[in-house]
Amino acid sequence: MLMEFWQYAFEMLVWPGIIGAAALGFFYLWIARKLIARLQGRKGPPFYQPFFDFVKLLGKDTVISQGVSPALFYMLPFLSLLATGFGLMIVPVPGHTVGSFPGDIVLLLYLLEVPVICDVMAGYVSKSIYGQVSAMREAVMSLAYNLPLLAAVIALAQSVGSFRISDLQAAPYGLVTGLAVIAFFVAIPARLKSNPFSIPNAEQEIVAGAHIEYNSAPLAIFELSHAMEVVLLFDTFFVLFVPRLSNPIANAVLYLAVGLGLIALVTLVAATTARLTVKRAFRFYWLWGGLAATAAMVVAVIG
Amino acid sequence: MNLFARLLAISRRKSPWIYTVNSGSCNGCDIEIGPCVSPRYDGEQLGMLRQGSPKHADILVVTGTMTRRSREAVMSIYAQMPGPKAVVAIGSCPASGNVFAGSPVVDGPLDSFIPVDVWVSGCPPRPQLILEGVAQAAQLLADGKTAYQKKKAQSC
Repeated sequence: MLMEFWQYAFEMLVWPGIIGAAALGFFYLWIARKLIARLQGRKGPPFYQPFFDFVKLLGKDTVISQGVSPALFYMLPFLSLLATGFGLMIVPVPGHTVGSFPGDIVLLLYLLEVPVICDVMAGYVSKSIYGQVSAMREAVMSLAYNLPLLAAVIALAQSVGSFRISDLQAAPYGLVTGLAVIAFFVAIPARLKSNPFSIPNAEQEIVAGAHIEYNSAPLAIFELSHAMEVVLLFDTFFVLFVPRLSNPIANAVLYLAVGLGLIALVTLVAATTARLTVKRAFRFYWLWGGLAATAAMVVAVIG
Repeated sequence: MNLFARLLAISRRKSPWIYTVNSGSCNGCDIEIGPCVSPRYDGEQLGMLRQGSPKHADILVVTGTMTRRSREAVMSIYAQMPGPKAVVAIGSCPASGNVFAGSPVVDGPLDSFIPVDVWVSGCPPRPQLILEGVAQAAQLLADGKTAYQKKKAQSC
């Protein structure tokens, strides 16, 4: 019993939980910044940059605007972090030991959505007009990209006949998987708020997005949570669409390669596109993402 | 100095986030700040990022003379920044008023309103100098030697 407790604590805190995912997430964020800098002909930030940004923010004083509830102000970033931490715990990435249980993919999808809700609430709580615009946009975008994302997963589950991650992982490849990959991949840039879907956190346009009034340690926790979200989303992609190799080392290498490939692709898209308006982004997701998702669903039900 | 304090000092040196405010400049200095984040000078190598909100910034970069119209705004922005914070004054105008000295709408040097840590001279200064000024301010933040940090240490 005690043994099991320590096992869960390790999963939550070290790997695949908070510490390991934070390190990996900061690494991905650094790759994104460096790649954008190189594509623009700059040298870019040094390797440790996201980590130092995080530590610096932790060491600052906190300013809370008048009329903002301190309890909510401090609670939201931690809620976001906790949800991501629990999400990381249940995804069977290499080095993971907690067993799969029926319906865990549903729980995972809910946990993936919690940071978004925290962001929306952070925007409204801030009492800043820019924060509120950002919160509204984020809520709309969440409606937009969740159609292809959820439909991809549901189509997969329908074709396998189970809502269990280990069953989905063991499922053979088919037309459904191909269509679901497209639908899922299309949703990734919007989920990470990168160009052309950097609509909720649009710099220059609405200043700094939902986190505009956040500063010091709460902002640092939000940044950390975002880094871990990247890892969680890539983990989900990995377990759903990438075959599991029997050799643990080869599996770990494959895991890293998939993560690096995804962040490189997302960054490439971000560096070469300009921001869309909310309306166009919404139409894109409900038309093309919706088409891919519907096709996947039809194939899953018929085949 | 314990481990976290040492790490924090390094982080403050390596990650200066700036917020720029124009308190009545002729726009010459603002044009020179732009290239600091462009490919030629690339301030991101120093970890420098321009932030849209003063609440995210560590260093306030002020250009131009302190005009009467912008005095309240500059002081309010300074007050909104979470500490520890530093101020870098760009160009001759914040220091002396430059060619606008003696004008009835100019309110005297910047440091009679907010504490200034680094003065960058020039009319306008080159981007290299501005970057050096920001790097110096970040070093002061790391050493705990900015005017804000000294005042706080005294009051404790």
